[in-house]
Amino acid sequence: MFITKSINTFGSYLMLMGKVFARPERMRSFFKQYTKEMSQLGVDSIGIVLLISFFIGAVICIQIKLNIQTPWMPRFVTGYTTREIMLLEFSSSIMCLILAGKVGSNIASELGTMRVTQQIDALEIMGVNSANFLILPKIAALVTMIPFLVTFSIAAGIIGAYATGWFANVINPEDLTYGLQYSFTEWFVWCGIIKSLFFAFIIASVSSFYGYTVEGGSIEVGKSSTNAVVHSSILILFSDLILTQLLTE
Amino acid sequence: MIQIESIHKSFEGKEVLKGISSTFENGITNLIIGQSGSGKTVLMKCIVGLLLPEEGHILYDGRDFVSMKKKERKLLRREMGMIFQSAALFDSMSVLENVMFPLDMFSGYTYRDRVRRAQFCLDRVNLIDAQDKYPGEISGGMQKRVAIARAIALNPKYLFCDEPNSGLDPKTSLVIDDLIHSITEEYNMTTIINTHDMNSVMGIGDKISFIFEGHKEWEGTKNDVFTSTNERLNNFIFASDLLRKVKDVEVGNIEG
Repeated sequence: MFITKSINTFGSYLMLMGKVFARPERMRSFFKQYTKEMSQLGVDSIGIVLLISFFIGAVICIQIKLNIQTPWMPRFVTGYTTREIMLLEFSSSIMCLILAGKVGSNIASELGTMRVTQQIDALEIMGVNSANFLILPKIAALVTMIPFLVTFSIAAGIIGAYATGWFANVINPEDLTYGLQYSFTEWFVWCGIIKSLFFAFIIASVSSFYGYTVEGGSIEVGKSSTNAVVHSSILILFSDLILTQLLTE
Repeated sequence: MIQIESIHKSFEGKEVLKGISSTFENGITNLIIGQSGSGKTVLMKCIVGLLLPEEGHILYDGRDFVSMKKKERKLLRREMGMIFQSAALFDSMSVLENVMFPLDMFSGYTYRDRVRRAQFCLDRVNLIDAQDKYPGEISGGMQKRVAIARAIALNPKYLFCDEPNSGLDPKTSLVIDDLIHSITEEYNMTTIINTHDMNSVMGIGDKISFIFEGHKEWEGTKNDVFTSTNERLNNFIFASDLLRKVKDVEVGNIEG
C-alpha cells in the first residue's frame, strides 16, 4: 500500500515536472515572474541565512575550542574545523534544510491557496500552462539564488567565529585566521555550491508539487505545506548522502 | 454556439453525468440549474475542459473539443472567458494587472494598447476608479465585476460563469446578472451560467437547462418555468412559499 502510494506520488511528480519544463508562453512574463521569485525566495531569505550562520559559526567555534581542543592539539584546529564544518555541511546541507522550512512552506501554501481559490483553474481556462507559468520561475529563481545564499552563509559563519575572538576572547584571532587558511581546499567550496543546487531544485520542485496538487480547503493547504517541508527535508538528507559520497571521493 | 452530446462522467465508479445533451445558442444567456450535487459544476468543468468526459462530444461552433489536439484545444481556450464562483483574481496583481493578464499573455498589443483595452473593460463594468487597488482591498461584488472585465478582455466568443452570484447580496446579484446579460447581447457571445439563484432564473434565463441527478430533466425559457408541469423542476424552483405565490400570480397573468 505504502509502496504503491509512493510510486503513484513519484509518477505524478514526474508528470508535473514534464509540464513545468516546457518553453514559457511569453519570455517577458517568465522573466517578470523569475525576477519576482528571486526577490521573494532568495533576497528575502538573506536575513535569516546571515543570522543563523553567524550564530552557528560562533557556536561551532566556541564548542570546539572549549570541548574538543586540548593542549596536545595545534591551536589552529578550532579555525580549521569551523571552516570545514561550514564549507562541507552547514552552509550547504543544513542551511538548505532550514530553507526547506522557510521557502518550501511559502511555495506550497502559495500554490495551494491559488489552487483552492481556483486561480490555477483560471490560468488553465485562459490557455496558460499553469505549471510552467507558476513553478518554472520558482525553480529557476531558487537555483539561481542558492549559490549566493551559500556564499553568504559561509562568510557569516566565519565572521561569527571571529566574533568569539574579538568580543569574547574565546580564541586568538591570529590562531583562528591560521586555522581558517590551513590546508584550504577550494573544491570544498564548490562541493557546497554544487550540492546546494540540487537541494534548491528539490526544495522548489517538491514544495511546488505538494502545493499545486492540493485538493480541498484550508486544512489540505496546511497539510500540503507540512508535507512539502517534511519530504523536501528527507530528500535533501538522502541526496546529501549520495552527493557527499560522489563529490568528495 | 456550443453543442454537447451525451456527456458521461464518472468519479471512482459513481456516474455523475449520465449522457447529457444540449445546445447553447449565442447572443442569449443559457442557464444550467440544479440542486447541489446534481452534477452541474462537473458539467461546466467538462464543457470548459477542466475535466475530460469519458464519452460524448462538446462542439464549439462545430469543433469537437474532446477529440481535438492539445495545441488546438489551447488555441480554442483563448476564445473562452470564465467567471469563477470565487472570482479567482490573482492576489499578487492589482485590478488593472488582473484585467491586463490575458492581454499580456496572448495579445500582440503594445503596452499602451494593453492598458487602454484593460481600462476600457474596467470602465465597462464601472470599476475604472479601482484599477490600482488589489483584490483584497475591494468587495466581493467588485471582485466579480473585475472577473467579468478580465473574462471579456480578449473579446471571447464563449463566456462561462460558475455561480456568479454566490456570496453576493440580492441587489449586487442583479447588477452582476444585468452586466453578464448585456455583455452577452452586446458581443453576441455564447454564455453559459451555472446557478441556483432564482433571481437569475427569473431575470436572465433566456434558456434554462435543469439538471437532476446527472441527467437533463427539463429545458425551456424563464416563461416556460411558470407553466411547466415537471414536478422535480417545480419542487426545485418553487421551493419556498414566496416563490409559489409568485408562480400563482404569474400563471394568473399568463392565463388572463
